[in-house]
Amino acid sequence: MSHEGTLLFLIAVLPFVGALLPGLMIRAGRTVCAVSTAVPTLLALIMLLVLAPAVLRGEVVQANIDWLPQLGLSASFFLDGLGLLFAAMILGVGLLITLYARFYLSGDDPMGQFYTYLLLFQGAMLGIVISDNILLLLIFWELTSLSSFLLIGYWKHLPEGRQGARMALAVTGSGGLAMIAGMLILGSVVGSYNLTDILQAGDAIRASEWYLPALILILLGAFTKSAQFPFHFWLPHAMAAPTPVSAYLHSATMVKAGVFLMARMWPALAGTDAWFYIVATTGLITMVIGALIALFKDDLKALLAFSTVSHLGLLTMLLGFGTEAAAVAAVFHIINHLTFKAALFMTAGIVDHETHTRDIKRLGGLRHLMPVTFLIGTVAALSMAGIPLFNGFLSKEMMLEEASHTDWFGSPYAVPILATIGALLSVAYSFRFVSHVFLGPKREDYPNAPHDPPFGMWAAPAILAFLVIVIGVAPFLAEGIVTAAANAITGADLHPHLKIWHGVTPALWMSIVAVLGGAVLLTLHRPLDRAWISAPRPEAKPMFDGLVAALVAASRWITDISHNGAISRYLAIFTITSVLLGFAAYSGSGLAMPTRGLLGVPPVIAVGWIMLIVATVSIVVMHHYRFRALTLLGIIGLSISAGFAYLSAPDLALTQISVETVTIMLLLLALHFLPKVTPKESAIGLRIRDGIIALAAGGGVGSLAYAFMMRDIETISDYHIDNSYEGGGGTNVVNVILVDFRGYDTYGEIIVLGIAGLVIYALMHALLDGPAAKRLKNTDYSQDRSRDRHPLMMVVVTRVLMPIALVVGLYIFLRGHNQPGGGFVAGLVVAIALLMQYMASGFAWTQERKKIEYHTMIGLGVLVAGLTGIGAWLLGQPFLTSAYTYVHLPPIEEFELATAMLFDLGVFLTVLGAVMLMLYSLSRIARFAGETVNVTPMDYDPGGYVTDEEAER
Amino acid sequence: MIEYSLLFAAGCYGAALLLDLWRIVVGPDAADRILALDTMVINVIALLVLYGVWRGTAIYFEAAMLIAMVGFVSTVAYCRFLLRGDIIE
Repeated sequence: MSHEGTLLFLIAVLPFVGALLPGLMIRAGRTVCAVSTAVPTLLALIMLLVLAPAVLRGEVVQANIDWLPQLGLSASFFLDGLGLLFAAMILGVGLLITLYARFYLSGDDPMGQFYTYLLLFQGAMLGIVISDNILLLLIFWELTSLSSFLLIGYWKHLPEGRQGARMALAVTGSGGLAMIAGMLILGSVVGSYNLTDILQAGDAIRASEWYLPALILILLGAFTKSAQFPFHFWLPHAMAAPTPVSAYLHSATMVKAGVFLMARMWPALAGTDAWFYIVATTGLITMVIGALIALFKDDLKALLAFSTVSHLGLLTMLLGFGTEAAAVAAVFHIINHLTFKAALFMTAGIVDHETHTRDIKRLGGLRHLMPVTFLIGTVAALSMAGIPLFNGFLSKEMMLEEASHTDWFGSPYAVPILATIGALLSVAYSFRFVSHVFLGPKREDYPNAPHDPPFGMWAAPAILAFLVIVIGVAPFLAEGIVTAAANAITGADLHPHLKIWHGVTPALWMSIVAVLGGAVLLTLHRPLDRAWISAPRPEAKPMFDGLVAALVAASRWITDISHNGAISRYLAIFTITSVLLGFAAYSGSGLAMPTRGLLGVPPVIAVGWIMLIVATVSIVVMHHYRFRALTLLGIIGLSISAGFAYLSAPDLALTQISVETVTIMLLLLALHFLPKVTPKESAIGLRIRDGIIALAAGGGVGSLAYAFMMRDIETISDYHIDNSYEGGGGTNVVNVILVDFRGYDTYGEIIVLGIAGLVIYALMHALLDGPAAKRLKNTDYSQDRSRDRHPLMMVVVTRVLMPIALVVGLYIFLRGHNQPGGGFVAGLVVAIALLMQYMASGFAWTQERKKIEYHTMIGLGVLVAGLTGIGAWLLGQPFLTSAYTYVHLPPIEEFELATAMLFDLGVFLTVLGAVMLMLYSLSRIARFAGETVNVTPMDYDPGGYVTDEEAER
Repeated sequence: MIEYSLLFAAGCYGAALLLDLWRIVVGPDAADRILALDTMVINVIALLVLYGVWRGTAIYFEAAMLIAMVGFVSTVAYCRFLLRGDIIE
């Protein structure tokens, strides 16, 4: 990566790294906290300025790190004119906002949090404007939605703040989802997710049949983010945020993200009728409606919010025109709008901060009390109105000029007239901002006595107001960046000249009409306002709330019918769906002819078959008697194990029989604390329904298995069998699959098993602390019990069996790689050997002799397996590559040593630990319920036998 | 000769299995069922051994051994459940 590329990468990363600082530095004081926010921003800005000269010359700085190349996702950034403009705005205004917020936030507000959110947002926003990969761009796009949610809802105690944040997230988030779809379409049309490639493939994209869907989806994302009609309603509600947030997000950055995106995608998407009519029309409508509502808003910030909506509409309209001159105007207006609107928001914040109200009807006459604020606010507002010598005038003239020669559905008047009306309304609300807040007589009833704020608070808006005048008087100063950005948007080589006087053009006349009309409109404001208030008009918030409520109700309805808490309902839904899908697949393509015949049925096998059927049917009939059902379950486990052995799957047979035993013990342990009889709860109709579903599912699975077994199908097994010895060094293909071919799966599975063991342990803890604990304690389990608690015979048998079982376990474990067996079965066998001791001599006695915690055993197992896998890395091989060798130690025959055995050891330990932990957890209930424990191994103590001789002594 | 004896023995154990099944399903006592299940385990072990002899392989003996070793554990567990309720005290 080039030197410049590294700088660009640092710029992208700095805000995120910096976001860690404020939360910590707040302990050192509020000023330190603000400075620690400003430092990363300033550093990034300086780096950006280092890169700026090259970009202004027309070069493009690039940085690229492959991330997930398989998905086409790379961490690649590029900086062209457009990116430079936006990045400079984001960082520059970010600095000003940091300064302003330091004085704006009160002592009660958690300032560290605020600055952390602010930097997160800044990083996300920066990411959008310099991403060179649309997938990365989408990630940053979502990040801005999330971080702006945190910022808008910063005052958590205010319901408006929370609701506004939710609304903003819902609207921009759903737009973002649409945009993801649109971007993916673009990516698949072009065959690359790199923005640079996509921008060059504009012709192919516009010719594609997917152009319109992609366009609409992407525009949905842009329109929701940039608050275009009819999605404009969230922006005013987001004004519940602290004013620095509004000034940053809702004037300079986030709402411009949509505009940025349209500008960015301009070469790929613009230039068609669809683009013109969708984008320009939406922009035009938004511009007029936003301006109209702004005129009648009494809340200062709401006025500015709708004015922002209107100006975003203006920008969208300009981009929608699709001409190069319009793109230049749009870029210029982006800069101008940023300067005056951020200054106005900060002014509104100062007024609110000083007078404790933002209601225009309660304000007026502030020019004598707050002269500095008055000056800043007036400069910015005049620029917003488009008065000559302020920068807003220049770009508004360019906009009107473009509008004056735009045809809309064949009408040459529609766009110019509406644009003039928009400008006129804009003049009116700008004038209103000045005259109703600052001019007029001084009042006596401000909620708080106003005066100018400290320097730190008005410094930021003052800088912006200064820029307003500088650009307004000497527009050529902005030519460089405007040219670079406009060239980046259009891909053309433009040399626009920004100047104040264009001669007597239609645009000048439209401007004059707008200014005069706006002034007249303001004088009529009082009667118009009364008419506005009494007129019926749609309110967005109740509509949005209604929509959300309807969605919630619909979700709740779906949840309630599908998740009613009864497992029979879940199983029914799942089973019916599976059966229907299977049937659909079957009826779709039919079946090939069977290639195999049926095998004969030896009489003994028929007996096994009868056992299975009878046991299954009996369970269905008798399952209300739980113990009886458990004994019947024993038959099924036994038949299946024997079946596995008969059908040449000895590994499965060994595993099945061990699992069966452990399962029965678990069930018996649990059953002790449960009712022994299940009540009949379902109505007869329901039972018939469930019976039909069960039969359909069983029939489906049966016919599927039949269909498969009657045909010769190529499966992956052949590969496994062929490569088992050479690839995995073992002749037992089942074991080689487990520890080598699918070793990664096994590794995941033992982790899951370990987690399951720990979760059961934790659940038992929760259970014994919860409401069920009392019931457990109060139940009397002691009736009708044998007094033979730890019978001598059983204790002796299990003790004798213990070493045998351990040797069997060891044997099965060691030979597992080449013969039936392996760590899993061995773990179960050893677990059973230990469980026998628990059963025979009781919990306390056995527990005392246990040297290692089961939790530790699980962890150890996962660790051993993981380390074995990692060991392969040391030799430069992928995770879990196995190695093996043959060793000859004199007294024994030559034997094989394989790393797979170490992995199997991990499996063994995890299985043993998990099974023991589960049984241990379940048996803890009894002790909790007040059972006593014994510390001697058995009821009768042979050591207590006293000889005659001893008795005599 | 060995073929016939194997067939005869397998027939006997098969019949025994069916009788066990009858006892488990019908009962009447839990003890009857547990005993029948245990017998069933033994019969299955016997059948596996016979099958191993017939096929001439040792693999089935191991399965039989394992079933013998752990099969009785379930029986013990069932019994403890009946006698004491709690199988691990």
